[in-house]
Amino acid sequence: MQDAIFQPWPWYVSGPLIGLVVPMLLLFGGRSLGISSSFRHICAAVLPKSGLAYLRDYDWKASAWNLFFVAGLVLGGAIATFLLSSHPAPLLPPSVHSVPGTLRLLGGGVLIGFGTRYAAGCTSGHSIMGLSNLQKASLVATLAFFAGGLSAALLFKVAGWEL
Amino acid sequence: MGNWKFLCFGAYFGIVLTKAQVISAYKIRAMFLFREPDLYLIIGSAVAVGALSVFLIKRFHPSTVSGEPLTIQGKALNKGTLIGGFLFGLGWFITGTCPGPIYAQIGSGEFFAFFTLAGALLGAWLFALLKPKLPE
Repeated sequence: MQDAIFQPWPWYVSGPLIGLVVPMLLLFGGRSLGISSSFRHICAAVLPKSGLAYLRDYDWKASAWNLFFVAGLVLGGAIATFLLSSHPAPLLPPSVHSVPGTLRLLGGGVLIGFGTRYAAGCTSGHSIMGLSNLQKASLVATLAFFAGGLSAALLFKVAGWEL
Repeated sequence: MGNWKFLCFGAYFGIVLTKAQVISAYKIRAMFLFREPDLYLIIGSAVAVGALSVFLIKRFHPSTVSGEPLTIQGKALNKGTLIGGFLFGLGWFITGTCPGPIYAQIGSGEFFAFFTLAGALLGAWLFALLKPKLPE
């Protein structure tokens, strides 16, 4: 049992534990789970004089909770990797340790930031929180996420690109 | 307590995401290439627990533990849901990472994830810039 904690957790343990963050945030914080709003938050906080309405009209001080939440994510990643894992596995392929590799992360990151803000949510806000709340928009968003991911997978496979 | 409790909830989320290996680019690619069912099962069981929780909360306890009324704000369905969702999906496969895992990867000492984060912030800024010109 003790040994099992230090191994990767099987889906039937980790999946439900991920789902529990939904009632945790609702009941103890009055908030709906979401991560990608933190990108808007950080942009608005870093560029307080921005004239762009999307950043200017966002009250980031009133939504400070999401910055605490993502700081917690960093902390949680550290705890799980350094205190709760016997053999931490690499998370990104070694190919990212190159100029084309970092550019790929940067470019992919732009798609993530732009896409999640345009769709008003990511895997957390739409696929977990939104689907849990049976929202139609979140079902469409989730299908679009997978359509994009599977298209990219197919493209890379057909073109023979390595990742 | 205030905002500090969210640091704890975030740490909980970070621990379970990491132990679920959802933050591994290898696992994300295995999911999109249909090599492993794990991630589909993780998302499915997470949604099952989340949906049951939301149902029970709405039915029996539509307020927070401190007694504040609880409303779950819905999200609008528009062209952005589809177009933005598709673009995010591309980025999800290319980086092998979605937003929550970016932060957990950084905490796990995978500092190349800072490039993904920098890209995501740039992408959010680009969205702010182009929003007036984009279809709703």
